[in-house]
Amino acid sequence: MNDPVFVVGVGVISGIGNNVAECLDALVEGKTGIDKIKYLRTNHSDLLPAAEVKLSNDELSAMSGLAPATSRTAMLSMIAAQEAWAHSGVKKNIPSLRTGFVSASTTGGIDKTEEFLTHFLIDNNKGKLRDIINHECDSITTMVADKLGIRNHISTISTACSSSANAIMYGARLIKHNMLDAVVAGGTDALTRFTLNGFNTLLVLDGKYCRPFDENRSGLNLGEGAGYVVLVSERVASLLKRDPYCALTGYFNANDAYHQTSTSVNGDGPYMAMSGALEMGGLQPSDIDYINLHGTGTQNNDSSEGAAIQRLFHPHYPKMSSTKSFTGHTLGASAGVEAVFSVLAVHHGMIYPNLRLQTPMSAFPFVPETAFSRQADLKHVLSNSVGFGGNCSSLIFSKL
Amino acid sequence: MKAYIRSAVAISPQKTFNNPAFLDDPAEYRNSRLTSIEPDYSEAIDPRSIRRMSRIIKMSVASALACLKDAGIANPDAIVTGTAYGCLEDTGIFLTNIIQENEEPVTPVAFVQSTHNTIGAQMALLIKCSRYNNTFVSGGASFENALLDALMLLSENNAANILVGGMDEITDTSHTVLSRLGLYKRQPLSNLNLFNTNSKGTINGEGAAFFLLKNTSSPNDLACIEAVATFYKPEAATELRQFINSFLVSESINYSDIDLLILGNNGDSKNDEIYSQLQQSVFKGTLSINYKHLCGEYPTSTAFAAWLAANIIKKNNIPVIFNQGKISKNKINKILIYNHYQNIYHSLILMSSC
Repeated sequence: MNDPVFVVGVGVISGIGNNVAECLDALVEGKTGIDKIKYLRTNHSDLLPAAEVKLSNDELSAMSGLAPATSRTAMLSMIAAQEAWAHSGVKKNIPSLRTGFVSASTTGGIDKTEEFLTHFLIDNNKGKLRDIINHECDSITTMVADKLGIRNHISTISTACSSSANAIMYGARLIKHNMLDAVVAGGTDALTRFTLNGFNTLLVLDGKYCRPFDENRSGLNLGEGAGYVVLVSERVASLLKRDPYCALTGYFNANDAYHQTSTSVNGDGPYMAMSGALEMGGLQPSDIDYINLHGTGTQNNDSSEGAAIQRLFHPHYPKMSSTKSFTGHTLGASAGVEAVFSVLAVHHGMIYPNLRLQTPMSAFPFVPETAFSRQADLKHVLSNSVGFGGNCSSLIFSKL
Repeated sequence: MKAYIRSAVAISPQKTFNNPAFLDDPAEYRNSRLTSIEPDYSEAIDPRSIRRMSRIIKMSVASALACLKDAGIANPDAIVTGTAYGCLEDTGIFLTNIIQENEEPVTPVAFVQSTHNTIGAQMALLIKCSRYNNTFVSGGASFENALLDALMLLSENNAANILVGGMDEITDTSHTVLSRLGLYKRQPLSNLNLFNTNSKGTINGEGAAFFLLKNTSSPNDLACIEAVATFYKPEAATELRQFINSFLVSESINYSDIDLLILGNNGDSKNDEIYSQLQQSVFKGTLSINYKHLCGEYPTSTAFAAWLAANIIKKNNIPVIFNQGKISKNKINKILIYNHYQNIYHSLILMSSC
């Protein structure tokens, strides 16, 4: 049960790039993906910036091999999962394995449901059925699993903004329980009018580019994307030609049980998630070299997450940053996108900057990184996720 | 991986909630939409909380709270839910609002409660449960994944008791859309005659069922969950038989050990062919009952089936509505639930007397 699980492949698409290499370049160069909304048809495009993937649905269709009328969520998932799966070499080198696809999403095919409902509301006999049949998150997952040729286990998780972290945990546990040999795990979410208007009505969107962990932060920017890691058992890792990127050494799921949409003042949820992951990995807080923050840029999240970090790490703080300053908040995909960034940080010994940080939060003695740096001896990276409904999960990736 | 069912509570289109009688007075429906028989929630849920809750949240929270109460557990070590559609009503309200108000929706309430994890989250909030909390939205395998997660958690020794549930709701919009997709019977019929029509289409259903699972036995356990498995899109009938065979092998039982099969027949002739083929091969001679005439067809109907199996084992009684007459065996020790949802996910849940 305590056998290690290894990361042998990564794939990502986000506002800063359509694959791992492009995203990495942007992270190194400090180039944000947040911009004026260009692809989503919305009345808010002039007022609310977002980090869209810089491709139209037609372009995504060509890249993913899915029909242009497919949900954008599925196309993003396909591109990132395919990159991770192909790159891992698992299917090519060891074709007979028991494989699984555990994908997370909050939006599913709701971008298409929006189109359907526009016609349906006028006349219940109107609206193209092909626009509604993939409303469920599970349809997105199975569509991609079929294209990847994965069929031993398929499942979908939806726990708001921590969804992908729970997908990665579940995938790792299916391997540890010897039910699967290899799992593609992560998540996907497209920018939709549903989520844009939802967060706008909650008054948590910044009309300017977001400033996570800044004293004067005033909300988040939404993003979109997908991120997946390929997890394998030790046996499978030993059969592959390339060394694994790193090991997934710790994870923990806890609930803040405070409020449906905000996190407790003391950060109980994130505190429990982080300390649980450390305990599982047999690690001390001082072992963590870098924290990839949840860091949305809202007043509530950053003060709550910051309080949890202070409780756990004071007085020796690891380096930390929120890459949502690059990608925006990709919701159900965020923990997948950030897991990929965390894996790359461990693998290459890199620490990403927290963009646009001018005035550090006065409540805390720590300051997130403002410049890109390299650290060859980087051993353990902690990735945090906090979501609606109090769902908090943390993951730890460790150098081999 | 074995779990002891300490309590099981269902709100369904039958009188299953707060009712000591066991399906002795089946509710009859004469159209293709079966609606849950809901209790007076003010007895089960704090009235201040009820006001904002949609139907699926109320159904789920009321059954989850009753389940905890029956088990005598105030705060479980984990809450795991499975729902294919999530909170459809709130999703529909907010989407409609966006479209009709031209992207100037007035209130975020429906948006906030539309997320798929709302039920698990509401439960955590209501009982202040800060432990493991997860939600599966795996279509016709949502409840099965929630069960699998619970069984794994129990064997990982991090949890001694787990609240696990499956739930889905019908809304006017979903019923209209699914009807347009041709899923339901075109002619009116009684749900109690569902299996006598030999025609296309099924009947729509909904419900919520919760279970309190423990890693140790106690005198009042209803039954045990021995194992759960899912199988994705079988390419041929032989593959399906292999899946069932290897499941039984891994559980070290023979077909003859199964005292009762609970099958997911839904009245659609094409859908049900898969069950009849298996009943002519691997399941030949095994006593079987159907359940979807009582709860309707929906992606998490196996949660209702598991509630049914737990009660049959505990009471050692198959209610008259299942038309089994007198059964030859003295004791129903092992029940196998086999269901497939639209031939995408096939699942097996093995339950036993404790």
